[in-house]
Amino acid sequence: MAEVIRRSKPLSVSPLKTSQPLGASLAILGLNRAIPLLHGAQGCTAFAKVFLVRHFREPIPLQTSALDPISSIMGADDNLLSGLRTVCEKHQPAAVGLLTTGLTETQGTDIQQVLKAFRANYPEFQATRIVPVNTPDFTGCLESGFAATVKAMVAEWVPQQHLASVRMGKEGLSRQVNVLCGSLLTPGDLEALRELIERFDLHPIFIPDLADSLDGHLDAEDYQPLTTGGTPLAAFTTLGDAAATLVIGASLYPAADLLHERTGTPVHRFPHLFGLDATDRLVMTLAGIAGQAVPAGLVRQRAQLQDAMLDTHFLLGRARIALAAEPDLLHGFSQLLADMGAEIVAAVAPATAPILAQLPVAQIHIGDLEDLETLAREREAELVISNSHALDLAQRLDIPLLRAGYPLHDLFGGYQRAWIGYRGARQALFDLANALLTHAEHAVAPYHSIYSLKADDRREAGHGVAQASANSGWRH
Amino acid sequence: MKAADLAALRDEPACAHNSQAKLGCARPTPGAAAGGCTFDGAQIALLPIADVAHIVHGPIACAGDSWDNRGTRSSGPALFKLGMTTDLNEQDVIMGRSEKRLFHGIKQAIDRYSPAAVFVYSTCVTALIGDDLEAICKAATERWGLPVIPIDAAGFYGNKNLGNRIAGETMIKRVVGSREPEPPPVDPTRPNLRVHDINLIGEYNIAGELWNTLPLFDELGLRVLCSLSGDARFREIQTMHRAEANMVVCSRAMLNVARKLQERFGAPWFEGSFYGINDVSTALRTFAHLLNDADLTQRTETLIAREEAQVRAALQPWRERLQGQRALLYTGGVKSWSIVSALQELGMTVVATGTKKSTEEDKARIRELMGEEAHLIDDGNPSGLLDLARTYHADILVAGGRNLYTALKARLPFLDVNQEREHGYAGYRGMITLAQELTRSLESPIWSAVRRPAPWDQRSLPVNGREIESVQRLEVAHG
Repeated sequence: MAEVIRRSKPLSVSPLKTSQPLGASLAILGLNRAIPLLHGAQGCTAFAKVFLVRHFREPIPLQTSALDPISSIMGADDNLLSGLRTVCEKHQPAAVGLLTTGLTETQGTDIQQVLKAFRANYPEFQATRIVPVNTPDFTGCLESGFAATVKAMVAEWVPQQHLASVRMGKEGLSRQVNVLCGSLLTPGDLEALRELIERFDLHPIFIPDLADSLDGHLDAEDYQPLTTGGTPLAAFTTLGDAAATLVIGASLYPAADLLHERTGTPVHRFPHLFGLDATDRLVMTLAGIAGQAVPAGLVRQRAQLQDAMLDTHFLLGRARIALAAEPDLLHGFSQLLADMGAEIVAAVAPATAPILAQLPVAQIHIGDLEDLETLAREREAELVISNSHALDLAQRLDIPLLRAGYPLHDLFGGYQRAWIGYRGARQALFDLANALLTHAEHAVAPYHSIYSLKADDRREAGHGVAQASANSGWRH
Repeated sequence: MKAADLAALRDEPACAHNSQAKLGCARPTPGAAAGGCTFDGAQIALLPIADVAHIVHGPIACAGDSWDNRGTRSSGPALFKLGMTTDLNEQDVIMGRSEKRLFHGIKQAIDRYSPAAVFVYSTCVTALIGDDLEAICKAATERWGLPVIPIDAAGFYGNKNLGNRIAGETMIKRVVGSREPEPPPVDPTRPNLRVHDINLIGEYNIAGELWNTLPLFDELGLRVLCSLSGDARFREIQTMHRAEANMVVCSRAMLNVARKLQERFGAPWFEGSFYGINDVSTALRTFAHLLNDADLTQRTETLIAREEAQVRAALQPWRERLQGQRALLYTGGVKSWSIVSALQELGMTVVATGTKKSTEEDKARIRELMGEEAHLIDDGNPSGLLDLARTYHADILVAGGRNLYTALKARLPFLDVNQEREHGYAGYRGMITLAQELTRSLESPIWSAVRRPAPWDQRSLPVNGREIESVQRLEVAHG
């Protein structure tokens, strides 16, 4: 159980936090033929776009209602109406995410009302599904914006079903599994998760599916103004037919509750899928849903992870780690590290979340990367886990950085890294141990006796000592 | 900011966009807008000032989504690289606690980082709820004895250019003229050299490219009092009024700074560019001409002759490789012609160039360079650009980062010439970098591989825009 320490300083320096509308946009980008429309000034969209383009190295569809001084003060409903019309007219999207910002929330915009007016005035765009979400910048963070949007998708697009309806496929029990995918999962995680679920002959529907839209693939067509992959809108009406719903990430529990209320589909909750225990639980759940034994391939992967735990525990046991991430990702990493006996000497989250109190660390600070740096220095951290913004502080502290979360703008393929499952955990352990191995010095510092007869000073000092310890292969 | 003040800023008399036909900067279309806001523009213009604490007063998006994303470099302090924001929460906004948070935030920045000055940027939310930045900054200045300067450029005021202009205006009003420059040090090897003071306005030191031209100015005895704002320090901005001549580099947005420096302090100015051999030489000559110093003129000619000969010799092998390659250029304003001449100097053919932000004067220069039949692109939406690339058989798209993926997804080589890029192309030396980067992209062996269809798929993809065949998919046998 963790003590959550709230922000106490007036200024946030080197922010860890990313805005809710950006997280909400990300969720919309996991839908097929979709585009997010931010209701705000142009900059809200421009910043979010540059941020996501640099992270994914992909074109990112994103539009704005482009408020000016008059609409900011006199009301911006007309901007939003004309923005919606332009987007629908130009691109015929399957889905539009209508997302508010700090500016329009401060105005007190009523997007539900504007959407009603839009539907009344423009019946020709009925085919485009629009999901309105309130995502002010002055609350929450990327994760909460993402979660609110997934919940809104369920609220808008999943029909209420009668609980009596039987969930049967054509040839017996349904093989469909709904998966509500939290923002802690990368496209690479989703690919790994799909593979895992399909090993049980189950058919997963990911909500949303960033692996299909933002996995970095080259399409046959060139320029596309909308997402070129992601969850098809039609999938939402089938969620009630599934055998079960998996929800990954505590931030999506409210969305899962709503889905359960609508469809009655049993829900299996996973706060994250990092490490042996979480993966074991997922595998057992899938075996139960499928009514099938665990495939041999997974048995092997599990054995490989256990072996990696043995190999790396010399380095990771009591390793001093500083960690800064959004709440669900923070949870995943802290569990993985706690399972290895590492000490999490600094844990920082950008915003609070109910799950934080349950994390296996002593204290969690709600703060920024300046806080992380201060804590890591005080408590002599040996390694940092955070996003690309943490590079400067890691260099100042002269310790390695393992990049995870958003943004990863100085790393190719960061988005395709899989952290979850047996394999993801194994690779994470190897990478953590390697970073510590090449960086940390565990051996006793050389001592030169005042009576020494070595007469080394005629040669290059120190060279021989370093060579010997590196060759031995053992650092303890 | 008052409506009248905003209108005055939009109405920049030195800007050729500001004709009777339309008033300054155009308004964006909701649902079809691209580009940043006024806050973004102000931040781009001032953030490179390296020893200032830049505090963004607003909720998280403005700083949290944007900090640490520019290619500008500093030769010293790295304070500007820290994102600082009041990160307002709901309670701050509703209960009116944001001003108090800002005041204490300024103190926090001063106590921990000892900046040369503090700039406080307003944002949409704090402008809308009416936070009095002016009063807070004044109180903070008095309390801590350090310049604390409000930058009133909320996002919704308009586009990025307006933000650049507000930034420049604020520097003129509040910073320039508040300190006298020290006399230039005497160079022992040239004790009798007459040193002139100049400013470079709108030079952001992207990828460190200012450092390609600075040695030339040193050699000529031109002291750059201030580059607004690449690798600048607060104390340099303070002395800008003492320049004898100013150059506006590659950007119309800060014309107001040059114009006001002339009105108030009499310094002549010109618009120029450091891209391309001829443009660098022209810029140096223009300085010599404006400074009206016969000795300087002579030394400038000697330097130009030497540098041009050197760079032309160094470029020869690259020219041979680039000869006849066809570039489609899409970038704004001054760059629409300055890069044309740079590419032509490398032996390339520019098949079309963007003129969205260009003036009539820019267009005249383009025709001079490219001939009367030059194709000018007014609106470069991504699919339109690709159509043009096909029509004109372009080998490479040279444009801003926004079109990077337009080109790559169409399997077309690309070179970034805007502010996110990682290479400096300015100055004589920059031309060699430009040639190297063009060659790296054009001669890459990947192009045929990424255009080649899978062996089981008879689909043929456009190659250099020259062939598009009908799609024929073979059934893949399941093995």
